[in-house]
Amino acid sequence: MFTFIVRRIIQTIPVLIGVTILTFSMMHLIPGDPAQIIAGESASPEQIELMRERLGLNDPLPVQYFDYIRGVVTGDLGNSIRSGRAVSSEVFLRLRPTIELAVYSTILSVFIGLIAGVFAAVRRGGLSDSLVMIVALFGLSLPNFWLGLMLIQYLAIGIDIFGINTGWFAASGWGTWQQQVLPVLTLGTAGAAIIARMTRSSMLEVIDQDYIRTARAKGVKERVVIYRHALKNALIPVVTVVGLQFGTLLGGAVLTETVFAINGLGRLIVDSIRARDFPIVQGGVLIFALLFVFVNIAVDVIYRLLNKRIDLN
Amino acid sequence: MAETTDILVEEPILEVRNLQTSFFTKEFEVKAVDGVNFAVPKGKTLGIVGESGSGKSITSLSILRLIKNPGKIKGGEIIFKGENLLDKTESQMRQIRGNEISMIFQEPMTSLNPVYTVGQQISEAFIIHQNMSKKEAMLRSVEMLELVGIPSPKQRVKQYPHELSGGMRQRVMIAMALACDPELLIADEPTTALDVTIQAQILELMEDLQDRLGMSTIMITHDLGVVAETCDYVAVMYMGKVVEYATVKDLFKNPKHPYTVGLLNSLPRHDIDLGEEDLTVIQGSVPAPDQIPEGCRFAPRCPFASDICHERLPHLEQSEDGNQIRCWIYTDEWDGDPEVNVNGERTS
Repeated sequence: MFTFIVRRIIQTIPVLIGVTILTFSMMHLIPGDPAQIIAGESASPEQIELMRERLGLNDPLPVQYFDYIRGVVTGDLGNSIRSGRAVSSEVFLRLRPTIELAVYSTILSVFIGLIAGVFAAVRRGGLSDSLVMIVALFGLSLPNFWLGLMLIQYLAIGIDIFGINTGWFAASGWGTWQQQVLPVLTLGTAGAAIIARMTRSSMLEVIDQDYIRTARAKGVKERVVIYRHALKNALIPVVTVVGLQFGTLLGGAVLTETVFAINGLGRLIVDSIRARDFPIVQGGVLIFALLFVFVNIAVDVIYRLLNKRIDLN
Repeated sequence: MAETTDILVEEPILEVRNLQTSFFTKEFEVKAVDGVNFAVPKGKTLGIVGESGSGKSITSLSILRLIKNPGKIKGGEIIFKGENLLDKTESQMRQIRGNEISMIFQEPMTSLNPVYTVGQQISEAFIIHQNMSKKEAMLRSVEMLELVGIPSPKQRVKQYPHELSGGMRQRVMIAMALACDPELLIADEPTTALDVTIQAQILELMEDLQDRLGMSTIMITHDLGVVAETCDYVAVMYMGKVVEYATVKDLFKNPKHPYTVGLLNSLPRHDIDLGEEDLTVIQGSVPAPDQIPEGCRFAPRCPFASDICHERLPHLEQSEDGNQIRCWIYTDEWDGDPEVNVNGERTS
């Protein structure tokens, strides 16, 4: 297993190189002259030239790229244009709420998704199966910014029902649990729906397998047959979906953080795009990409722990 | 119109009476098992023989009440040690499954759970039925693997099913089935999916274990060779019904039902050379489940069929020797050739 993990990490090197090339080129793909943008609208040509020299924009591209990589490896991602502070510290400061949001949403969607999926699969073809699947289809189809706004409207601002105001939760920020409930719901809903559907179809496939019949013939309780013998097999494809879902969550975090005014990385990136603070955007995207790559390594490891048939080497 | 249900067998451990199991689709009902009767004598082996679709596997699953939707056991009695299994609650049935009655399945490649070790899967039986701790159960599992002839059982017990060959996996299935010393073992085509050389090993192992542990066995197979080798009694099934029930000796020496003769004729023999046309086949094939013949189920394919065969279904009748036969030829109502000799049609 150890060698597998090491090998898997080595395999990510090309991916990481690709990611750095992409983020590096962002600087050059933006319309206009980065030096002009960074120096400001009213800068004189001399100031712009000075900025160009400072940013190394006069060097050949490969040299610029290796300078950039050297910076990335040593944790130097440049400085924010707006605040002048190091990008790395700005980004890491904002990283925590985003990761918390993504992790809580993943936990929520896995929890609800698995329960709903197993529930529906066991009652295949029944009314409750159809109901769960219809709800899941809704959950999947709701745009998450809209869901966020609706949740704010009805559960943060609240409406009066029989004299009770439903504004139980906070509409913005991140810190107390009242602030965390709605964003996590917003971000976790689509994932829960996807996982529920995936779990259901995977369970249906497994339930008809011969080894499930063997377990029943052994005198195993139905609950144990479902959760021990069937679910562990059904989880194998679901785990992959959870990994990919985590990436979607990071993307979704950009919207959710904006709707709920959470000072996370997603919002930082959006604000920085508006303010044309490109070093921050660059750094933020790089961190997102790294997170995604490492979450998927973790998923691969879990996948192989579950699926004994895959030879580690 | 009562079916014969008294079966002259000394001390039956299991008696199946008029068992009916059907599968329901939107349009029609498929009677997979349609009034089956047989008995398994204590310590003996009963073979259930028939073509695919004759209902033999469904019969065995019905005994353990493992029939799933849209299937349903509609009627009859399954008397195990004097008690009707169809009257038991689900939790009482769980006490019996894998403990008093065990089952081995046809497909060793897919009948073991791929995500648990062999040891964990055998242990489960001990943990459920004998309240053992995990550790004790694992030690017993090693002993079971040793009993079924798996070399280096201490290492094997930690392996996953995909690390074992088909024959090894079937041995594991047997170890699992025999873990709690069952009184009745149901083996559903235990050797069909295996190589011929492995088949013989597995059959030998099963016979050896049966002698040692003194259990009764139901051997479900379509292979009369397996029957000849392992069984004491045979029930021949055709389209959800038993058509002949006899001791193995009588069945091979003096088969009565035309279908049994057909099965025997399609068995290759290597002791006598019959020339080019030594293998005969039963004409036609099993009718679709929604096109069940009016009279005797076998009549459309039977070389002896006369008018009565197409009109009315014969009963399972018991003869003086205790064997049973469901065929008009052996009744007073027979309207065909009075000199007919079913056994005379045997080519092998």
